[in-house]
Amino acid sequence: MTEALDVTLTVNGERHAVRVEARRTLADALREDCGLTGTHLGCEHGVCGACTVLLDGEPVRACLLFAVQAQGRAIRTVEGLAEGGELSPLQRAFIENHALQCGYCTPGFLMLGTALLERDPTMSDEALVDALSSNICRCTGYANIAKAVRAAAAEMRERVPA
Amino acid sequence: MNAQSPHQPGAGRLVGRDVPRVEDSALIRGRGRYVDDIAPPGLLHAAFLRSPHAHAAIRGIEAVAARALPGVHAVLTLAELGPHLTDTRLVVALPSPAYRLELHRPVLADAEVTHVGEAVAVVIADTRAIAEDAAALVEVDYDPLPAVADCVAALEPGAPIAHSGAASNLAAELTLEYGAVDAAFATAPHRFAERLSIHRGGSHSIECRGVLARHDPLDDRLTVWSSTQTPHTARRMLCDLLGLPEEGVRVVTPDVGGGFGPKLIFYPEEVVVALAARLLARPVKWIEDRAEHFIATTQERDQLWDVELATDGEGRILAVRGQMIHDHGAYTARGVNVPQGAVSAMPLAYVVPAFRVAMKVAATNKVPVTPVRGAGQPQGVFAMERLLDRAARELNLDRAEIRRRNLVPGDRMPYATPLKTRGGMQVVLDSGDYPRCMAMALEAAGWDAFPERQRAALAQGRHTGIGVANYVEGTGRGPFEHVSVRIEPSGRIVVATGAAAMGQSTHTMLAQLVAEHLGGDMSRVHVIAGDTAAAPMGIGGSNSRQAVLAGSSAHAAALRVKDKVLHVAAGLLEADEGDLEIEGDAVRVKGVPEMKVTLAAIARAVAGAPGFAIPGGRGPGLIAAEEVVIDAMAYANGTAVAEVEVDAETGEARILALTFSHDCGNALHPRIVDGQLMGGIAHGIGNALFEHMRYDEEAQPTSTTLADYLLVTATEMPPVRILHMQSPTPLNPLGIKGVGEAGVIPVPAAIAAAIEDALSPFRAHVTRVPLSPVDIVALIDPAAAA
Repeated sequence: MTEALDVTLTVNGERHAVRVEARRTLADALREDCGLTGTHLGCEHGVCGACTVLLDGEPVRACLLFAVQAQGRAIRTVEGLAEGGELSPLQRAFIENHALQCGYCTPGFLMLGTALLERDPTMSDEALVDALSSNICRCTGYANIAKAVRAAAAEMRERVPA
Repeated sequence: MNAQSPHQPGAGRLVGRDVPRVEDSALIRGRGRYVDDIAPPGLLHAAFLRSPHAHAAIRGIEAVAARALPGVHAVLTLAELGPHLTDTRLVVALPSPAYRLELHRPVLADAEVTHVGEAVAVVIADTRAIAEDAAALVEVDYDPLPAVADCVAALEPGAPIAHSGAASNLAAELTLEYGAVDAAFATAPHRFAERLSIHRGGSHSIECRGVLARHDPLDDRLTVWSSTQTPHTARRMLCDLLGLPEEGVRVVTPDVGGGFGPKLIFYPEEVVVALAARLLARPVKWIEDRAEHFIATTQERDQLWDVELATDGEGRILAVRGQMIHDHGAYTARGVNVPQGAVSAMPLAYVVPAFRVAMKVAATNKVPVTPVRGAGQPQGVFAMERLLDRAARELNLDRAEIRRRNLVPGDRMPYATPLKTRGGMQVVLDSGDYPRCMAMALEAAGWDAFPERQRAALAQGRHTGIGVANYVEGTGRGPFEHVSVRIEPSGRIVVATGAAAMGQSTHTMLAQLVAEHLGGDMSRVHVIAGDTAAAPMGIGGSNSRQAVLAGSSAHAAALRVKDKVLHVAAGLLEADEGDLEIEGDAVRVKGVPEMKVTLAAIARAVAGAPGFAIPGGRGPGLIAAEEVVIDAMAYANGTAVAEVEVDAETGEARILALTFSHDCGNALHPRIVDGQLMGGIAHGIGNALFEHMRYDEEAQPTSTTLADYLLVTATEMPPVRILHMQSPTPLNPLGIKGVGEAGVIPVPAAIAAAIEDALSPFRAHVTRVPLSPVDIVALIDPAAAA
């Protein structure tokens, strides 16, 4: 159980050589071995989505993956969203629409929202709300989160001419 | 009165406006600092061994194998901790003459466990994983005892006794009453009785609880970072239990990922982790996981109400009477405030000439009960509103009309009720116009036209219904909150408070109020909340109180500092105080912006130099500390109207629209007010339809994952319309009332009423929440349908 394995995690484009037990989750490895505490744990059984990160562009529960499974994959976390210190459109939209209160679920929602926007910024409202139901927020009642993702989608559509 | 406006009439330069939150910049980048994000060098990790039994005697604890596991530093039971503690129990009960049993929680259970999840031992190891491995190796010799799960059954003769030393399960009893209740009932033309139940849920902040303790031998100080809503209480408890002086213990509330009530309690884990850190001379951290949160963090809402309403022929309330049984859980982790708050909330919105509800508080073998967002008030409102709906139906009155006839009228404000608070103070409804507030919601929800919509839907085979519920909420529980404001020689403004933030924008609120008077630049204000080293005293977060109490103190302190700044500046600028204004980082002469002196320069001038007089003649420093005392609570009010569609086949209830009108006085930050309400509304929807903390008959919890215990997600949220009325309270200088809990309070009652209305063709009678699809199908009388 305690045998350690050498793993290289590529997080936000940066390589982290870490030595982890096979049972170490990706979430714990990110937080404790890579020092990236922006990814939060809310339930550790895959329901709340607070630990959502992107693995090769797909939103995944970092609590349900072992660190060793992420070897060789491109991991993105909330710390990588702002480029050169400039917030992403979704991050700005979260602030402008009061889509966060305590902020604990926020990194998971930001990663989920980022994946949704990258996949299809023209998605219908119904599809958006349906997708956002993958994660849980106890503070906001969701309306402002949906509003923020819509606002960011609108901004992205303007930026990239169809 | 202003709906969805970016700022309210009479707003200041910052106050009353939707200014950017100061919390967001770090949180949005993943740079928050929650307790689990803090990892000092040499950190060890704790895992608690918890009882798998609802009730059992402990015959022995064997930890040899656990201690032998590599990486384990200690396995501690009460036997090891006891000699270092002044008391092995957490004596935290609020005062009340109502108690019949003394149910103080042990620091760790050593003789008997009384609920699943009660902590028995702690393992400290190099990693959490090793600590959990070792905990699994600890052998506890349990002798299972009969357990009681249900609070009603607990009070029946012959029920299993939750605590083997106790004579019964009656933990407390109290009665709230006034007026000639029985005489009113004896002559009342109409009487309506209901048996109502509300079930247990949890707070389920997305961040569970956590504690990190580090003893620094250099300054002999214990620092405890805890996800607590009440750091000063935690420090007092730690000092008391560990026999340490106040200056030897610092409690810090870092960023908190949601509180919702249970984090205001002082928990065994806090003292155990703190003591372990001292004993091992290493930092120790414990982070609660969700499985633990379900069995070790306090919960709320199980109550059974047998209540009766007496009215005259026009539906006017003559009296209310009844009994209520409250599930207390296994220990007194707070007091009898929840049942008391529930019963007090029941009559509050209405003119109720006579009232008596007797409460019996039952000990059960379940997680202790303490306030969860709403703190009893949703139950009291549910009881009152269900009775009014029943009376309206039987008297053939519109459900809104019976409420109009009974709401406390606006022209009777302030309205002195015969009720008293838990501190014995008279309940005086200070301001507001409840009928007008209800009218706003009814109009926006299209109440009057609903019967037409309902008929049209029914013609298509759709069962729709509408429900309304009113609430009045005591907010801003006193007596005070400490806030100090000072301008440092750098010119920076530092605000320190005993208030604790858990996601409700406390830093923004204080920065806004202080910057309003000191230059208007919130980025120059640094707020320290939830740190006992920064504030000499504090009460903390609960009871929708922090904006009211800490806000009032911040306002008063900022005004005092402003006064001194202007006075000193007037001397330095050789100008008249009345001609000066503070703008950004400086005081300047109005209309002559180049004539100015910076706040930094003023702060330095009054910092003093040896042998020189302090300019201004008002003593050194630019600092003011305030503890504005406000004993009376500010009563907020509101109305929820829910429109639902129920699938009579599957029992699925879908909320088509939710309208929420409310009055919390002035809004310091309208968007934050809406945010607080929306969160509460979501919680209320959960309480109405989804959230049910279930236990089997042996008091084993059976809903211990978020797959079994359902929290509302984005798809369950209906369109919500929030309408604002603003009746400033005269009780504080800001005219504000709390709003953190309001959203949750009337929503279960409104949804229950709407479901009953939707299923009226089936003669459905709703007497409980939550209502799962299974419960809803069971409401349908097939004979009535045919």
